[in-house]
Amino acid sequence: MALSREQIAQRVAQELQDGYYVNLGIGIPTLVANFVPEGIEVMLQSENGLLGMGQFPTEEEIDADLINAGKQTVTMATGASIFDSAESFAMIRGGHVDLTVLGAFEVDVNGNIASYMIPGKLIKGMGGAMDLVAGADNIIVTMTHASKHGVSKLLTRCTLPLTGKGCIKKVLTDLAFIEIKDGKFHLLERAPGVSIDEIVKLTEGELVVPEHVPEMTF
Amino acid sequence: MAGFDKVVSSYEEAMAGLEDNMTVIAGGFGLCGIPENLIAEIKRKGTKGLTLVSNNCGVDDFGLGILLPDRQIKKIIASYVGENAEFERQMMSGELEVELTPQGTLAEKMRAGGAGIPAFYTATGYGTPVAEGKEERQFNGRNYILEEAITGDFAIVKAWKADRYGNLVYRKTARNFNPLAATAGKITVVEVEEIVEPGELDPDQIHTPGIYVDRLILGTFEKRIEQRTTRPTSDNADK
Repeated sequence: MALSREQIAQRVAQELQDGYYVNLGIGIPTLVANFVPEGIEVMLQSENGLLGMGQFPTEEEIDADLINAGKQTVTMATGASIFDSAESFAMIRGGHVDLTVLGAFEVDVNGNIASYMIPGKLIKGMGGAMDLVAGADNIIVTMTHASKHGVSKLLTRCTLPLTGKGCIKKVLTDLAFIEIKDGKFHLLERAPGVSIDEIVKLTEGELVVPEHVPEMTF
Repeated sequence: MAGFDKVVSSYEEAMAGLEDNMTVIAGGFGLCGIPENLIAEIKRKGTKGLTLVSNNCGVDDFGLGILLPDRQIKKIIASYVGENAEFERQMMSGELEVELTPQGTLAEKMRAGGAGIPAFYTATGYGTPVAEGKEERQFNGRNYILEEAITGDFAIVKAWKADRYGNLVYRKTARNFNPLAATAGKITVVEVEEIVEPGELDPDQIHTPGIYVDRLILGTFEKRIEQRTTRPTSDNADK
C-alpha cells in the first residue's frame, strides 16, 4: 500500500536527531512536526524570521504579529528567537539548518528539483525554496512517486523550470525511500506491501535496485 | 521637525514627494507587519507607474493589493505572489511586470542596498530561470550567480515602537523584511503603534537605529490575519 501523507511525514520524522534545527516546507513536510520521536528535541525554523516555532495558538492566544512561513498563526516554543529575513536566510544559506524537508513536482537523477512553477498554470513564485535547496546539505524531498495518471515524477531530466540544480540527495515518496548519487536513483526502502516491480514501473529515471530492499517500519 | 525629531503628523506629510514611476520598498511578510496606512496613503494619492519591492503583494482588498485596481503598480519584485485574483489577471495579461526573486536573495538585495554593497554572489538560483542573464562564477568549486542590490526612492516600514528620533523596535514576526527595507530607502517612512521620548527605549534593544529613518508617524492598525489557525483551548499540552 502506498503511504498516506501522515505516514510519509512519520517516516521523515525517523530521520530527526536530537538537537536538530529543522525547516519544514508547506504541506506534507509540516506534518513531520507531529511525529517527532520520543526523547528527541528539535527546533523548527520558519523562514519569515522565527527559530523555535510552537504549536497553533488557542483562540485567546492568537496574535496577528506571530505567523509562520505559511502565513498561519502560530506560537513560540520555549527558547525561541526572532530575527529579520536577511538573518533568517543567512542561517539557511550559511548551512546552519540541520535538516530541510520540502515538497516537489519533479526530481531527477542528477539531483535537480522542480517545485515552484508550472508555466501557464501555476506562477506564484519560489518563496524561500530556492534558498533552502541551495543552502542545505541535508534535504529530504517528500512527494508522490507518480501523478494520479501514473506519470512518474522521478525523472531522467526535470521538465519544469528548476528550483535548484544538483542539490537533492534524498527523496521520500508514497512508495519508496530513494537516494540520488552518481547520476542514478538508488532504492533504499519500499513502502510496506509495495512491490519492487511497481516502484521500477513508476520510476522513469534510472533506478538501481539492490538485492535486498527492506520495507519501511513505523 | 527639529534636530533629530522625525515625527510627522499626517500621512500626507509622511508620503510627500512620492511621484509617478518611483521605486518603493515595502516591509512585511504576507499581511504581517505591513505598513498598511502608508499603502493606503499611496492609494489615496493615486501615484502611478510604481515599481514595488516587497516579499508579497497583499490580497485583493488589503495591503499592496489595493494598489492594483487603479493600475498604480507597473512592476513588482517579490518572492511569492498570487494570493489575489486581480494580481493574476494583470500578470497574465502583461499589464503588470513581475520579477520573481528568491526570498533570501530579496532580503539580501535590500540589506546590500542599504549597506552600500552593489552586488553579491549567491548559490541560490544557480541553474534555474533566476540565473538567466546573470554573471556566474565559481568559488571553491561551487557555482554562484551575481545578484545586484536594490535601493528605493522610498521605503515604507511598519515597526512596533519608536522614540521620536526614529529608533525602532519591531514585534515578533512582524519584523521580517522591515529592518532591511528601512535601510534601503532614500526616504524611509515608518509607521508605528507607539512613540516614546528619546531615552525611553533601551539602546541595547533597538532593532533599527534612527539614522535610517527620515519620517515617523503614529498609526492605528487593522492587522488582518491571512491564515487563522488554532488548536482547541482544552489542549494544554506543551508541544
